[in-house]
Amino acid sequence: MKFVEEYRRPDEVRSVARALASVARSSWTIMEVCGGQTHAIIRFGLDQLLPPQVTLVHGPGCPVCVTPIELIDRAIAVARERNVIFCSFGDMLRVPGSSADLMAARAAGADVRIVYSPLDAVEIARANPAKEIVFFAVGFETTAPANAGAVQIARARGITNFTVLVSHVLVPPAIRAIMDAPDSAVNAFLAAGHVCTVTGYEEYEELADRYHMPIVVAGFEPLDIMLAMLACVEALEGGEVGVQNRYARSVRREGNPPAMQAVSNVFETTDRKWRGIGMIPGSGLALRPEYADFDAERRFGVSDILAEESMVCMSGKVLQGLIRPTQCPAFGTQCTPENPLGATMVSSEGACSAYYRYRRVQVRPGS
Amino acid sequence: MCLAIPGRVLRIADAPEGQTPSPLSRTGVVDFGGVEKQVNLAYVPEAHVGDYVIVHVGFAISTMDESEANQVFTYLRQIEDAAMESSAGT
Repeated sequence: MKFVEEYRRPDEVRSVARALASVARSSWTIMEVCGGQTHAIIRFGLDQLLPPQVTLVHGPGCPVCVTPIELIDRAIAVARERNVIFCSFGDMLRVPGSSADLMAARAAGADVRIVYSPLDAVEIARANPAKEIVFFAVGFETTAPANAGAVQIARARGITNFTVLVSHVLVPPAIRAIMDAPDSAVNAFLAAGHVCTVTGYEEYEELADRYHMPIVVAGFEPLDIMLAMLACVEALEGGEVGVQNRYARSVRREGNPPAMQAVSNVFETTDRKWRGIGMIPGSGLALRPEYADFDAERRFGVSDILAEESMVCMSGKVLQGLIRPTQCPAFGTQCTPENPLGATMVSSEGACSAYYRYRRVQVRPGS
Repeated sequence: MCLAIPGRVLRIADAPEGQTPSPLSRTGVVDFGGVEKQVNLAYVPEAHVGDYVIVHVGFAISTMDESEANQVFTYLRQIEDAAMESSAGT
């Protein structure tokens, strides 16, 4: 496919890796905050092409993984209501709530459907006027314009049996939380290319200044990621602070203004709990009061469902880049993609799941 | 979750078939390497037929800048040339 394959040629990726090895002198820790990048890094083995002094750690880059457990419980409660068709991206169905997941609710008779787009849920609402259609609106800034668009389109089409259960999260507050943590060892960030496609990177310039670090906006293909890593290490070695854009085929400094306008028409920022991390101020999006009639929590009265997380699961430490998935004693034994303890093992973009799929058996060089 | 893939715009309309146009209804058919899908184009007013757009959960979120897409390879040549020069010099 054009604009995909040409960024995957192994020889070119290796020549960037050689350039990177020749510029890296000190020890650096770089964090990516995007599940798509985590997946690509582990799938293509990009971390194994890095010189030993450069460490890549995986941040809380998967919105499925950070959706708080009580939101899963609320989703299940709504899905179990008679007359509800509960629509969701497929990744959310196996995320464990405090006692079940959406897949189990479906097995027990709830009408839970996987959709590709929130617009599919709007269409299901139009086709089923006697039913209540609820869409699980999760995601980072990348997905917010689609969910905001679906709500506005539903209103324009006079569709009133459509509501959204919102658990949107924002990347920059998470970067602040990671950098403000006393044990943070991160020297630089790769910023998520599709998040920045929507938001632009002016806010990242403030973050780079505040924490005196380089941030490189990166794409998702192996060549994109390695070129971004090279730019990051060059900036670290040269003591340069600021944002570089290495995904300029999609990202502009100002982002996508019409998409951002739609998001701010429908959503406002709110404090949000991140699974495994806890409350991060101003890190989420919630519906504006003008769109309260699209709020599933309000329509179904589930806002008072609260829950606490399991103490066994170490996904919080994984999400903050403090440990690798393989350092968790439950990894691959008590916790597998078939029986996940935490969301990082469920979502295909979760770090634990990526390690389970591609790194369960470690082959040592020379063995 | 933030997966978005590039595809080529084949057709553009003010709204999906059978729907009344509204501010966010701009829509089109996009070709993803042979698979054609209907995609909302409200957020890429600059996109024309023949352009590549990057699509996430049914919405195009940007129009591909082809000159920037090729710039990556210019940059790559520079890296490779620099590596050749430094190995020739040692």
